[in-house]
Amino acid sequence: MGKQTPLYDNHLEAGGKIVDFGGWDMPIHYGSQIQEHKAVREAAGMFDVSHMTIVDVRGPDATAYLQKLLANDVSKLKEVGKALYTGMLNTNGGVIDDLIVYRMDGWYRTVVNCATREKDLEWMTAHTKGFDISLTERPELAMVAVQGPEAIGMVQKIRPEAADLIDGLKVFQGLPQHGWFYARTGYTGEDGLEIMIPESDVATFWSQLVEAGVQPCGLGARDTLRLEAGMNLYGNDMDEDTSPLAAGMGWTIAWEPAERNFIGRDALEAERAAGVTMKQVGLVLEGRGVMRAHQKVVIDGIGEGEVTSGTFSPTLQCSIAIARVPANTADTAQVDLRGKLTDVSVIALPFVRNGQKKF
Amino acid sequence: MSNIPAELKYVSSHEWIRLEEDGTVTVGITDFAQDQLGDVVFVELPEAGTEVDAEQDIAVVESVKAASDIYAPLAGKIIAVNEDLADAPEKVNEDPYGDAWFFKMELANAADLDGLLDAAGYAAICE
Repeated sequence: MGKQTPLYDNHLEAGGKIVDFGGWDMPIHYGSQIQEHKAVREAAGMFDVSHMTIVDVRGPDATAYLQKLLANDVSKLKEVGKALYTGMLNTNGGVIDDLIVYRMDGWYRTVVNCATREKDLEWMTAHTKGFDISLTERPELAMVAVQGPEAIGMVQKIRPEAADLIDGLKVFQGLPQHGWFYARTGYTGEDGLEIMIPESDVATFWSQLVEAGVQPCGLGARDTLRLEAGMNLYGNDMDEDTSPLAAGMGWTIAWEPAERNFIGRDALEAERAAGVTMKQVGLVLEGRGVMRAHQKVVIDGIGEGEVTSGTFSPTLQCSIAIARVPANTADTAQVDLRGKLTDVSVIALPFVRNGQKKF
Repeated sequence: MSNIPAELKYVSSHEWIRLEEDGTVTVGITDFAQDQLGDVVFVELPEAGTEVDAEQDIAVVESVKAASDIYAPLAGKIIAVNEDLADAPEKVNEDPYGDAWFFKMELANAADLDGLLDAAGYAAICE
């Protein structure tokens, strides 16, 4: 038996098929992951993401610390509540994890992955040396992501006291209220909220959303949704041996000001100077078959790459994949599907945003 | 608890076999199998007329999760395949013993049926 979130009983009640995920007992689906995926694209679905790791950063040196720790620059966050997506790199420029950091009122909140929790905490703690700050993990906060065109309206219905606060949220901004934290962020490519909730309140909130018609969605749908949206999954699309420049994360690196010596900067500058050799692309297979992680990608006359994430896209009704390929790959390639080289199209991510095909 | 109809025969690779009145058999995959696979998105079937050996891989079920080979349960000849599964692969999840039959076969040896598992024998494997 693994760790369980405060919503475990709710998952069983909804018919959740429980699997191990990074040491946690989580629902992979509640009957059909394709139906759950469609619910998010067409109406509203919700995910228990309480297994993720929340670390608050406080103290006089919080900004300076995060400016060193993260490849993106927190001093870009001009308003309380604004957030950014970033990689946390090692000295070789490899990605230790990807995360979101929110600027709070005089401090910061970071949300990192579940499977990387131990190594992230170790790394973050080791680098507090020389900074007057404290790191506080918040395991007592549960988290629910409600996503889809009707998601925000559903949450406002259940939490009318937060309706105005939610109305005022810009995309990638979050604000607190009465111990809860509402953020207009997500991992699906739809509008919606990720809400941090005291663990004693989350089961009731979840039940109320179910009653209002929001579809519980499991890890299976979470993966197909994020892949359609062109969003990376740590461990698949990048890891400690991958440069963010080869993982579609170039836009998350704040090179200016040039004096900001974030961890990994030197390695990335050297890579840029030498010429980045690989790039991240999307692949579309219009015929039959499903692309999967680790399948070989062959580009005639240019070289080889690898599928880093692959699946069947319920929105496009065909297989899609994220792949790392030679930088001069054009718009076609072949993927080795169970021994057979199969033609695919190469496109720039994302595949889908706000329910619409984007290529 | 998966559904295992008593009147069918089974093999350990999770296919069911129904003996028809005319001596042919109809074959599909079990409820246990479809549950393990998750949402099915493609089914690749053999061509009618193909001669097959027992345990030969002759079809593929691709779900969101993984691709799975399907094996001929007995030696014989494929006489029909279920064309509906090309446009409606989700039938495999919805009705594995009815609408989602995969193929029909003429057996090389009727006696081979004796070697198949009954419902109780298959249930024991699924535990």
